[in-house]
This record gives sequence, C-alpha cells and structure tokens, in this order.
Amino acid sequence: MSMVPTSNAFKDNATGALKDAPLQEALGIARAHSIETRRNTVAKLPEFEQLRDIGRDLKNHVIANLDTYLLQFEQSVIDRGGHVHWCPDGDSARAKVLEICRKVNAKTVTKGKTMIGEEIGINDFLFANGIEPVETDLGEYIIQLRGETPSHIIGPALHVTKAQVEETFRKAHSDLDPQRNLDDAATLMAEAREKLRAGFLKADVGITGANFLIADEGATTIVTNEGNGDLTQTLPRIHIVLASIEKVVPSLKDAMTLLRILARSATGQEQSVYTTFSSGPRRPTDLDGPEEFHVVLIDNGRSSYLGTEFEEMLRCIRCGACLDHCPVYHSVGGHAYGWVYSGPIGALLTPAIVGVENAKPLPHASSLCGRCEAVCPMRIPIPKMLRHWRETEFTRAITPPTERTGIRFWAFVARRPKLYRLATRIGARVLKSMAGSRGRLASVPLAGGWTKHRDLPAPQGKTFHELWKEEQGGRS
Amino acid sequence: MSSQPEAAQPLFKPGANVALFVTCLVDLFRPSVGFAAVKLLEEAGCKVHVPEAQTCCGQPAYNSGDREMAVELAKQTVAAFEGFDFIVAPSGSCGGMIKHHYPQLFAEDAEWGPRAKALAARTFELTQFLAEQCGRDDFGAKLEGHATYHDSCSSLREMNVKAAPRQLLAKVDGLKVTEMQETDACCGFGGTFCIKFPDVSNSMAARKVATIDATGADLLLAGDMGCLMNLAGKMQRDGSKVKVRHVAEVLAGMTQEPAIGEPAIGEETGK
Repeated sequence: MSMVPTSNAFKDNATGALKDAPLQEALGIARAHSIETRRNTVAKLPEFEQLRDIGRDLKNHVIANLDTYLLQFEQSVIDRGGHVHWCPDGDSARAKVLEICRKVNAKTVTKGKTMIGEEIGINDFLFANGIEPVETDLGEYIIQLRGETPSHIIGPALHVTKAQVEETFRKAHSDLDPQRNLDDAATLMAEAREKLRAGFLKADVGITGANFLIADEGATTIVTNEGNGDLTQTLPRIHIVLASIEKVVPSLKDAMTLLRILARSATGQEQSVYTTFSSGPRRPTDLDGPEEFHVVLIDNGRSSYLGTEFEEMLRCIRCGACLDHCPVYHSVGGHAYGWVYSGPIGALLTPAIVGVENAKPLPHASSLCGRCEAVCPMRIPIPKMLRHWRETEFTRAITPPTERTGIRFWAFVARRPKLYRLATRIGARVLKSMAGSRGRLASVPLAGGWTKHRDLPAPQGKTFHELWKEEQGGRS
Repeated sequence: MSSQPEAAQPLFKPGANVALFVTCLVDLFRPSVGFAAVKLLEEAGCKVHVPEAQTCCGQPAYNSGDREMAVELAKQTVAAFEGFDFIVAPSGSCGGMIKHHYPQLFAEDAEWGPRAKALAARTFELTQFLAEQCGRDDFGAKLEGHATYHDSCSSLREMNVKAAPRQLLAKVDGLKVTEMQETDACCGFGGTFCIKFPDVSNSMAARKVATIDATGADLLLAGDMGCLMNLAGKMQRDGSKVKVRHVAEVLAGMTQEPAIGEPAIGEETGK
C-alpha cells in the first residue's frame, strides 16, 4: 500500500521537471533562501563543526548499541504507562495503527508531519479502511489537497508556488467566498489554520512522527514551526508515534545536542519554534494529554544494513540540508526521484528500502560533487555510499551491458600504456580533423549525451605524451 | 573528508624530483596545459619527470562501480609514480582520486595500502603545490583581461584547494579577477554523469554560466579540464563570448594557443 516507486524513470521524470515552469520557479526561490539562511546561522555558532563531530560520534555509538537503547526505550515507555509496538515492516506497522484506531472506532485522524508515515503509506491505507487522515502541517495539508506526495523532507510543498496554493485553496475551500482576497502568504496561512481547527477538534487519534526517541526518559520529540504537532498529540484521545528504529538516543542531553544541529541544518533557525516532548499518556494531575500513548517502532529494512558499508546512512536525522545544497535537486526537485525520500539522502535510502533494482538510476543521478557531505550535520559520506550502490549494481550486473562493456573495454586499453598511447594519438587526430578549423564539434557519433546541449572542444592535435617525447628527443 | 593519509609528507627542496600526472583530458585534448605545468614546476625549482607507464587514474571505473578495474589502474599508477619525491597533477579531480580515494580503495590491502598512502601524502594539485609546497606565487606572467575562477568540486572538497589559485592569479600583471557567486556549486560535469543525464547536467551548467556572466569577466579559468570543457562547450553552444582556459596556461604566460574550443587565430571565419 505504500507508494510504488517510479525511481527507475528518474531520467524522464527529471526531463519533465526541467520543463515544469512553476516547479522551476519554486526551486529557484528555495535554493537561494535555504543556502543563505543555513550559512548565516551556522556562522553564528563557532562550535558548529565540533557539534557535528559530537553528533556523528553519538549516532555511531547508538547504532553500535541499537538493541540496548531500543530495549531501554521500550521499558521506559512502559514504565510511564505507554505502549511500544515492534514492527519489522510497513505491513505490520500499518496493521498496528489500524488496530489501535479501530479499537476506539476512530473516524478521523489528525497527522503531524512524518516521513516514516509517508514511507509506509499510512494515509492511503487509513483512507482505504474508512478512516480520514487530516494533515495538519501547512505544507502537508497543501499537498494532501493537491493529491501529491512531499517533494522535500522538511518542506513537503517546496515545489508549489504561492499562486498554486491560492488556486488549490479556492478549489478545496469552496464553501468560502470566491471573491475573498488570497494574495499573500499570511492570508493563505490564516485560512488553512481556520480549516484545520475543526479537524483537530473532531479527531479521535493523533499521529505524529518523532525526531528522537529518548531511551532513559521513554519520551519522544518532535520539532515544528506551526504548533500543529502539539495540537495533534494533545487533543485526541489516542496519540500514536510512528518512528523508525534509528531515531533512538540515550538521553535528553543527547537529544538536545542533536537539536542544536538539526534546526540550523534544516531551516537555518537556531531552534525550531516548537520543540515538544511526549512521555506516556495523561497522568491524573495533567491538564491535558492523550488517554493512550503508542509508539510504533518500525524497522522496514534498516537493521539489515547494520554492520555493512551502508550503515552510516542510519545516522541521518532528516534535516534536508543535503537536498538544499544538491545541484541535482536544485534542477529537478524531489518528485523526480520517484519515491518518498529525494535528493542525495533519497538516492541512498530509496535503493536500501525499495531495493536497488527498483531505484537503479538514483545512485548515478549525482555528479558526486560532495556538497552534501560538506553540509551533512551527521557527516554521512554520501558520495562514497552512492559509489557503493554503483558497485552493488555493477557486481550484480544491474548496470546496463553497454555501460559495463564500455568500461571494461576502456579499462583494457588503459591498462596497456603502449596501446593507450596509440589510441589517444588516433583519437586526438580524428577529433581534430572532424572539427576542421572550427575548434569544436557540434555533434560527435556516439557522444550525443555530451553534444545534446554543448559543443565538444576539439583536441589540439597531438597528445601530450607524443609531444613530450619529441621535446625530450630535442633536449638530449 | 574522511580517512586522511597518515604517511608523512616530505618537505619541498629545490631540485626535487616531481612526477607530472598528465591526466587523460590534458593528454588527449590540451597538451599545452601539460607544458604550462612543466614550465611552472621547472621555474619553481623542480626536476620534472613524466612517467611513461601512466594512463588514467582509474576514476571512470571507480565512479561507475567497477571497483576491480579501478584497483588495477590504481596499482598501475602507484607503481609508476611511487619512485618520485612528489606527484603533481594539473587537476584536482585526478589528484583527489590519488590522494583521497586510493587509500580507501586499498584500505584492507596490507601490501598496496601503505604504498597508496605513501603516494597520497606526496600528491598535490598544481596550484596548491606551487603556492604551498614550493612557496612560489609570482611567475612573472602578464595578461590584460578580466577573469573569474571556477573551483572544481574535487579541488575544493577533496584537495582543499581554495586560496592557492587565487593567490597565484593575483600576481598576474594586468589581470583583474572577480569572484562569482556560489563558488562551491558544481558545474554539472561529473564525469560520465554529464553524458548519462544531459538535461540535468545542462541545467546545472546553465546556473553556473549565469554566475559567470554576472561577474562581467571575459575569461573563465579553472584547474580541471573536465569542468573547463563542459563550460566551454556550454557557453559556446549558447553563443557566449567568454573565453575559457586552464589556470596553468595563464600562470605560465602560455596563452598563445587558442582558448578551449576556439578556432586557431585567423580561422574564426572558417566555419
């Protein structure tokens, strides 16, 4: 029931995205804004780089002791009167959520933003089972109305322009005055808020994600900028937290350390507007809170990467900085990646979760420029790991035969310096003569990928090694 | 980035034996860059060697997932270059492959691991070697013009080359250099990436060209032939008048050859 990946169509998806004018407008605005805000905020925290090291080491420690911390977390949640449900995959997680909802005969569920919820396709599943999910994050609300999926980990509606939001609201909120003014962002936001209030009040169950699970406190944490998460988890009778297993940290102090890096990396804020901790159901002395508190712990393939060359991707805290700084993402946006996660981290996670045969182009859809690694707060070596996926594809013969043969043929020549010299001498002359006096070529047989958008500069004529030999002959 | 070489880095002394890693693209497309590098290195007091057994550093295989061939080519390169005091490449990309990736390729190899690390410690990008190892930044070059310098991703992030080319260019008499915006953004080359995803690559190149145009410069310089050929090809296809050269040509005062992708002098009309 979770989203069917179209990642194998990345190339066509990307070409379509490049022709989508509103998308290109939205991406341009986002790019300029996100890079600058992060740079400015990071510049104000001299120990930011040191915090990245601490964060990386902390996550590595957790990953090495994942079983210990998850069991501790479970016990702490139980001690506070909550429930923990261990779910190996999407199917079991969806079934568990439905079971909890059915028990209270839920009709409406409010939702805070959760990427793991997207990963397991919880909305479609609930809807198919007669339960209405209402997204309460503004961005999620917009794309829910538009029937779309998130195009960015933290900015789900990043691909939507303001004009498109207005159009969407006029269509969806048809009960309101068609003549009303919806020109500016504040008015749009006020209208969404008004609509969402009703949803909060009638919801039987609230579902949120978790940025961190705190092992010793049995608490979960979310960060939001709209306060929607708080209303989602405190108003309904039941609070369900969807969280993947790698979200656990040992203590509150550790969560605070990561929170200092998270917001700066994500939105360029020093801290998100709301940082909310949930621990167990309402106690007799509490003024509000849910009657039941459930944590649905989801593996969905993650544990199979423990101890492998892909383990480091489990450090990801879903800040989106790699997307914000990725030139490929800047060009095509998130939907082109064809599944829930996009950008550099999406190119790592998608093959891991849906299978590399269903996401073949993604590890290649990168110039390996390394800007993602340069900004990743958890210092995940993304280019190195994209290369690991490429190696996996090559080893498992997923790489197209023409490409494999091409590489092997080239390597055969490159491993024989004399043959290589001959080949380059011929190549330089052929290309030079094809170019004639123009100095460049507008088309070259078998090089359509190069010449589609650029000319090919012509070689100067002789190779360096040839000329060097001639010169050395002259020198001696 | 991760796994910095541990082997000790020798100090430069005049007369040091420096092996030039020519690079595939310089060898095939623009040998004048190789000769500019030789001239600069000799002026800086190096004895320059060009090992005959060199071909390619193996990066195309490495980035295509063919680790086996990458390892074979890396061994060939290590063997060809390890006898010299320093290894210098007019490229951050090939330099980064040797300095940054070879030690990772051989991380588990008891024989080749230490050899790769030792080579990595002695490998430099050209401008970095001149400025930081030789301690030379003024080569007496003159060029009237207005340039902007593009950082290749591998120079910037794998080799930590940022100040050196700018320091050297500042000493070129008559040359004004203006920084473009987003100097840390990729030009869209990425090796086989630009051939596999031409439309995406083109969009990346278009953004880069816009930042180049915004400087008002009439000359684009960089230290990597991959970026230079990509951007020259893109700008020429779009009718730009900006000329494109490898930074070594300007520093060595060797700008008599037509710029990259330009017709020979006097042949402009010979289309």
